[in-house]
Amino acid sequence: MDTPQPILEAQDLRKSFGTLEVLQGINFSLLPQEMVFLIGPSGSGKSTLLRCFNRLEEPTGGKIIFDGVDLMSPDVNINTMRQQIGMVFQQFNLYPHLSVTKNITLALRKVSKKDSSEADEIAREMLKRVGLEEKANAHPDELSGGQQQRVAIARAMALEPKVMLFDEPTSALDPELVGSVLQVMQKLRDSGMTMVVVSHEMRFARDAADRVAFMSEGQIVEEGEPGAIFENPQQKRTQDFVSEISR
Amino acid sequence: MEIFLDSFFNFQIMSEASPLLIRGLGTTALLCLVVIPLGLIGGLTVALMALSRSPWLRWGTIALIDFFRAVPPLVLLIFIYSGLPFADIELSPFTAVCVGFFLNNSAYYAEIYRAGIESVGVGQMEAARSTGLKKIQALVYVVLPQATRNVLPDLLSNTIEVVKLTSIASVVALQELLYSADMARSVTYNSSPIVMAAGIYLLILWPVVRMLSNLEHKVGK
Ligand SMILES: Nc1ncnc2c1ncn2[C@@H]1O[C@H](COP(=O)(O)OP(=O)(O)O)[C@@H](O)[C@H]1O
Ligand SMILES: [Mg+2]
Repeated sequence: MDTPQPILEAQDLRKSFGTLEVLQGINFSLLPQEMVFLIGPSGSGKSTLLRCFNRLEEPTGGKIIFDGVDLMSPDVNINTMRQQIGMVFQQFNLYPHLSVTKNITLALRKVSKKDSSEADEIAREMLKRVGLEEKANAHPDELSGGQQQRVAIARAMALEPKVMLFDEPTSALDPELVGSVLQVMQKLRDSGMTMVVVSHEMRFARDAADRVAFMSEGQIVEEGEPGAIFENPQQKRTQDFVSEISR
Repeated sequence: MEIFLDSFFNFQIMSEASPLLIRGLGTTALLCLVVIPLGLIGGLTVALMALSRSPWLRWGTIALIDFFRAVPPLVLLIFIYSGLPFADIELSPFTAVCVGFFLNNSAYYAEIYRAGIESVGVGQMEAARSTGLKKIQALVYVVLPQATRNVLPDLLSNTIEVVKLTSIASVVALQELLYSADMARSVTYNSSPIVMAAGIYLLILWPVVRMLSNLEHKVGK
């Protein structure tokens, strides 16, 4: 019993859209403080898997265990669980009608029931961590893509999640803005945050990830340390994909 | 020319009719104060029902929306006022008008809200839900404010239509502005009170129409 318990686990996880089986029995486990990269061709089911982890997508079979709790069990309050599973989206999805601070404090006030001044204090703290204190009163449309994504990260972090899920957090960004977001993610990683990241930022994955999992056609085909996956993939499909993205 | 002026712009008659018309205006205003909020609330509720996950609720609601948009409001009103008594439901003119407008307005406002809600990307709902907000909270704090903002010109434009449409209440003898004007006309054998009523509608609605035009211009950009 020395091995640490996984914080997040998928057991034979399945998801179909109509007749299309997008996740075909995924087994995956994530240890506390681990950072795992999920890579694979477009349409292989990465986003769907990530979205099943917080049940934004309802799995059609299998189990998700988060922190010892079966997320599919009928008496789980998914809203309280979701507070512990932060999510960052490709398109940022900031609320355009609210200020940066209000974006961060909405869930703190309405779900965590913190009073305004406490919530504002947390927002200030989070903005400091992503380097955007001076944007507290700005609206999302006044920010660059990179800044918006950092606010989105701050919004997720504010709830003190145990795990954070990133779905292609830098794919919608102009190349010169990618670095600032990766920097924030690196800092998060250094602080011990447990993360699952869908991203093809290979260099970052190599530097920061503990593990890389390669998905293809709804299955995890191969996983291992970044070096092993990128330099010495065992499966044909992994080899093809890695050589594709390394070009 | 003199005959024309005398029968349409007779200020003597207008001033004699004005107490009656002002009372009529009061009724019209009261009617608006009741039917506009009722329509907005009904419309929002119906729009949410039309976007429900349950197919029965969804299709049932959409069928109702279509029905009440297709029935001419005048026909609906006459049916409620003169038809329902046969089913032993007798309503005062004011109540009948409110019920009729509620049914008709809810359907129109619902279509506007529905378009508004659909104009907000699904990512907004997902982001809100991912932070633990309940669906209703995500709607109230995230989706609906954006939806309303996106369709504000349409809401306002429909509201102008509603104000104008209150004149059909005259067919059930509710003494609103047009009814009062018509009464004055039949007593004086002179059309000036009708012109005066038209002037009042114009005076009230013109600033709103201007505002709408500005708003549309701004949103259009
Ligand atoms: N809501 C949906 N309805 C139908 N099909 C979907 C839906 N979401 C995703 N899919 C399909 O599932 C497959 C996997 O999608 P996704 O998980 O987004 O892949 P990835 O993130 O790896 O690109 C794709 O074929 C996609 O078209
Ligand atoms: Mg994806």
